[in-house]
Amino acid sequence: MKKVYINSIASISPQKTFDNNLFLDEITDYNNTVIFAQDPDYKQYIPPAAARRMAKGIKMGVVASKIAMDEAGIETVDAIITGTGMGCMIDSEKFVSAIIDNNEQYLTPTSFIQSTHNTVAGQIALGMECKAYNFTYVHSAISFESALLDAKMQLENDEAQHILVGGVEELGAHTTKVHRTINHIKPEAVTISEILNSKTEGAVFSEGANFFVVSNEKKESCYAELVAVETFNTLKKEKVSETIESFLEGNNLKAADIDVIVFGNNGDVDFDDFYNQLSEGIFNKTQQVFYKHLVGENNTISAFGVWLACKILKTQSIPEIVKINEIKTSEVKTVLCYNQYRGQNHSLLLLKKC
Amino acid sequence: MSELKEELKAKIIEQLNLEDVSVADIADDDALFGDGLSLDSIDALELIVMLDKDYGIRLSDPKEGRKIFESVQVMADYIKEHRTK
Repeated sequence: MKKVYINSIASISPQKTFDNNLFLDEITDYNNTVIFAQDPDYKQYIPPAAARRMAKGIKMGVVASKIAMDEAGIETVDAIITGTGMGCMIDSEKFVSAIIDNNEQYLTPTSFIQSTHNTVAGQIALGMECKAYNFTYVHSAISFESALLDAKMQLENDEAQHILVGGVEELGAHTTKVHRTINHIKPEAVTISEILNSKTEGAVFSEGANFFVVSNEKKESCYAELVAVETFNTLKKEKVSETIESFLEGNNLKAADIDVIVFGNNGDVDFDDFYNQLSEGIFNKTQQVFYKHLVGENNTISAFGVWLACKILKTQSIPEIVKINEIKTSEVKTVLCYNQYRGQNHSLLLLKKC
Repeated sequence: MSELKEELKAKIIEQLNLEDVSVADIADDDALFGDGLSLDSIDALELIVMLDKDYGIRLSDPKEGRKIFESVQVMADYIKEHRTK
C-alpha cells in the first residue's frame, strides 16, 4: 500500500485563514452565538458570470479548492471528494420558501439547481473541467472524514495519484433559527476566551470551507502524512479512551507517543466531558490544543482541526491561542485529532510529520 | 410604458442576481442574450417564471421566449399586450 500525504491546505473560516502565509497571527474576537466566515476576494477567483448564481457556501468551496490546488502546484486531480453535513442551505431555504410562499407554483430553477449537497463538488469540477470521480459524503459530523477516508483508500491502492478533498458548510437563516429553538446553539453570546468555561448547553455555530490536496506522492509543499482515519457513529463516553488506545495500538503507537492532541471541544456543557476525560486521563501528559473557540461548530469543522494539525506539523509551532495546556515537546512528529458532535459521530485522525 | 421598462430592468437585475449591473446600464434595445447581457438558458427559465408570476402570462411554447426576450423593449411590448395582471 502506498503512503498518503497532505500536499496542500486551504481554509476559509471565521478567522483570517485564507492566506496560507499566516498562521493565526491575527485573531478576530467574537462575542456571539453564530459566527460567519471571513470572505476572501471572491472576484479574484471566480468570474462574475459564474459567481452570480453561487451562494456563500459554493463560493467558499470553489475558492478554497483553488487555493489548495495552487499550493499543490497541480492543474487537475484524479478525484474531487467533498463532505457536507447540511449542504447548500441558503439555496435550499430559498427554494423551499418559494414553494411555500407561492403555493407550490412559480418555482424558479436556479436555487433548486444550486441547492443540492453535491453542488460544491460539481462547481469545482466544472471550473477545472475535471470529469473524474466526483463524490459528496453527507454524514453529519463525520462527512469530511468519510470523504478523506475514501480518498485515502483510493490513494493507498494507487487508484489515484492526487485527490482534492474538502468540507464545506454555510449558515442559512431559517436553519439557524431551528437550531436555536432546539438549543443546539448557545443561549447567550460568548467570547472566544470564555467558551470552554461557558457552562451552558449548545455551541457557537459557524460556517466555512477547508480543502486539501492529498496524494500518494510527497511534494515539496507537503504538510503531513495521513496515517489513519477511523469513524464511529456511536461510542459511549466510557469507551472513548479504550477505543482511542485500540486505534493507536493498531498503528503501533501508545497515548504517550502522541506529541499533540487536537480536541474538538465546543464548550457544550453536556458533551465536553468526552474531551475532558481524555484531557485528565490518557492524554494528561500530552500537549492539548483546540480550535472551535476560534471558528465555531459545524458539521465539517473537524476539517479545520486537520488544517490546524497540518500547520503545527509543518511550522513546528503552536499558537498560544489554541493551547489548552503547556507541555513542551522538542519536536512535533505525531498528531492525533479527535472530534465528536453531541456525543455522536466520533472521528480519529492520525497525522505524522513528513 | 417607460415605467414598465424600468420595472423590467430592475426585476431582471434582481431576479438574475446581475452583480455590478444597474438599471442605467441596460438600454431598451440591448440584447438580453448573446452579446448583450449574456444571459443563458437558465436565465430564460427564470424570465418565463417571472412573466407567469408577475404578469399572468404563461408561455405555452418555451420557444416563444427566444423572441419575447430579445430586449427589454420587446418584452415590454409583449407584456403590455398580453398581461392579465
